[in-house]
Amino acid sequence: MKLENMYQEIILDHYRKPHGKGLHETFDAQVHHVNPTCGDEITLQVTQDSQDPTVLHVSYDNQGCSISQASASILFDQLEGKSFEVGLSAVNHMIAMLQRTEDPDEDILGDGISLVGVSAYPARVKCALLSWMAWKDAAIQAIGEERK
Amino acid sequence: MTQLDVARLKLDFPILGRTVRDGRKLVYLDSGATSQKPLAVLDAERDFYLEHNAAVHRGAHQLAEEATDAYEAARLNIATFVGARPDDIIFTKNATEAINIVSYAYANATMKSRAGIALDDDTQQFVLNTGDEIVVTEMEHHANLVPWQELCDKVGATLRWIGLTDEGRLNYDDLATVINSRTKLVALTHQSNLLGTVNDVSTVVAAAHAVGALVLLDSCQSVPHMPVSVAQLGVDFMAWSGHKMLGPMGIGCLWGKTALLNAMPPFITGGSMIETVHMERSTFSQAPRRFEAGVPMAAQAVGLSAAIDYLNNVGMQNIADHEHHLTELALAELSGISGVRIIGPLDTHLRGSALSFVVDGIHPHDVGQILDEHGIAVRVGHHCAWPVCRRYLVPATTRATFYLYNDESDVIALRDAILAAQKFFGVGS
Repeated sequence: MKLENMYQEIILDHYRKPHGKGLHETFDAQVHHVNPTCGDEITLQVTQDSQDPTVLHVSYDNQGCSISQASASILFDQLEGKSFEVGLSAVNHMIAMLQRTEDPDEDILGDGISLVGVSAYPARVKCALLSWMAWKDAAIQAIGEERK
Repeated sequence: MTQLDVARLKLDFPILGRTVRDGRKLVYLDSGATSQKPLAVLDAERDFYLEHNAAVHRGAHQLAEEATDAYEAARLNIATFVGARPDDIIFTKNATEAINIVSYAYANATMKSRAGIALDDDTQQFVLNTGDEIVVTEMEHHANLVPWQELCDKVGATLRWIGLTDEGRLNYDDLATVINSRTKLVALTHQSNLLGTVNDVSTVVAAAHAVGALVLLDSCQSVPHMPVSVAQLGVDFMAWSGHKMLGPMGIGCLWGKTALLNAMPPFITGGSMIETVHMERSTFSQAPRRFEAGVPMAAQAVGLSAAIDYLNNVGMQNIADHEHHLTELALAELSGISGVRIIGPLDTHLRGSALSFVVDGIHPHDVGQILDEHGIAVRVGHHCAWPVCRRYLVPATTRATFYLYNDESDVIALRDAILAAQKFFGVGS
């Protein structure tokens, strides 16, 4: 059944107990992304590490369906404390996996490979990508500020 | 009691016989978004293209005559359906365009006036001044909200709105203050696409007309589902779409009072809407052609006319009674599920069949996904009525809508699939 492929237990666990949810008082960049067809929303912040500016910290708050919530929780697990390059490559791999142009790679996405079942439901791909596109947007802004 | 022979009606809609998601019987509960089309509508469009196709209101050859006759016969049929004169019915792309024809009449009259162009006395009533007010309600579809926000921004008018009660009704107590001597137009929906609420139009019309304001009614969710007469309603404009009432996509209607339509600056200008054209200036036709620039959608008009025949044959009161019965059953069944909350009136008094709900612990998208797995097509999201979701503190809802081809088994299938969703997500009792 395709539905169980999408709603794997690991996804529902992230949905019920999201990792890293909550905004910080200070940040280098903050973005607010919405999925206008359904009203899913995320506010996501990226902050450069005070010791090593190549290390990016991520914080977020969101509301939406199980897929968008779980995906943000997984993003936190995978990208918290990682570099821009590592994060960007994970975002690109997530997009490719959901478009079925690349096979899921657990080394890059961790629990995120469980989202592969979403690719069977085109209307839900946006839900899975919402937080990842927000991270990309915020990370580019944070890095850009640094380079000024 | 239900009087429609739904099993027989369903045969006219072959799509309702198909399966979805690995062999599940389709249960179509998304007619509020768009209705399915009976064979008679498809046949009418096909016959037009096979036998009569030509550009209407152009050319003198026989096909052009036949196409024009078919197009204008459709207009007469649709006008009769809503108790109107045919010349007061304008064919549009959809209801959204119909509403924009009116909002742009105000914008264009105001801009022309501010540019120093002399306007007829009748056209002056569409000129807005800073401080003039446009009134909507908090339950409007974005199509009857955003055009008025844009108009107010452009001309410096103020947008005001009638609020909602906790029960999902218009707060009629607001009328006395929100509608006042500054009000120029009141735009409201006949039936909320999210809440199912049917508004007391005559009360709003009385308040608006008492201060000299016009009334535009969005009847997208009422004309397909109940007998509607513009004369009885007393409104000044009415907009609705064809595809929600068994007709083709790509056609909607604007009805307006004759004198108003002919005083309105046109929205989309160009060929076939003109009276005379010189290099310096042009004058425009009377309604309806004044608002039908370019080659119109004749085949869709013919298809919509066939949809009207189909609805008339079944009987609009019969359809309203049938939906009333299904809504009553659905309200009872869904109210009986622990953890399900209905967003909208809980009784069937002045209520249509749009039934929005939330399930505790399951996002509306996920509810819709499980329903889909059971073959049940519903709408999820904010239903182009985002402020309504905010008003009732929900991010979105799942919405079922019933129509003439639904029956009690569809309601029971909905109930059972909601219970299955609760089981799947481990919530509910």
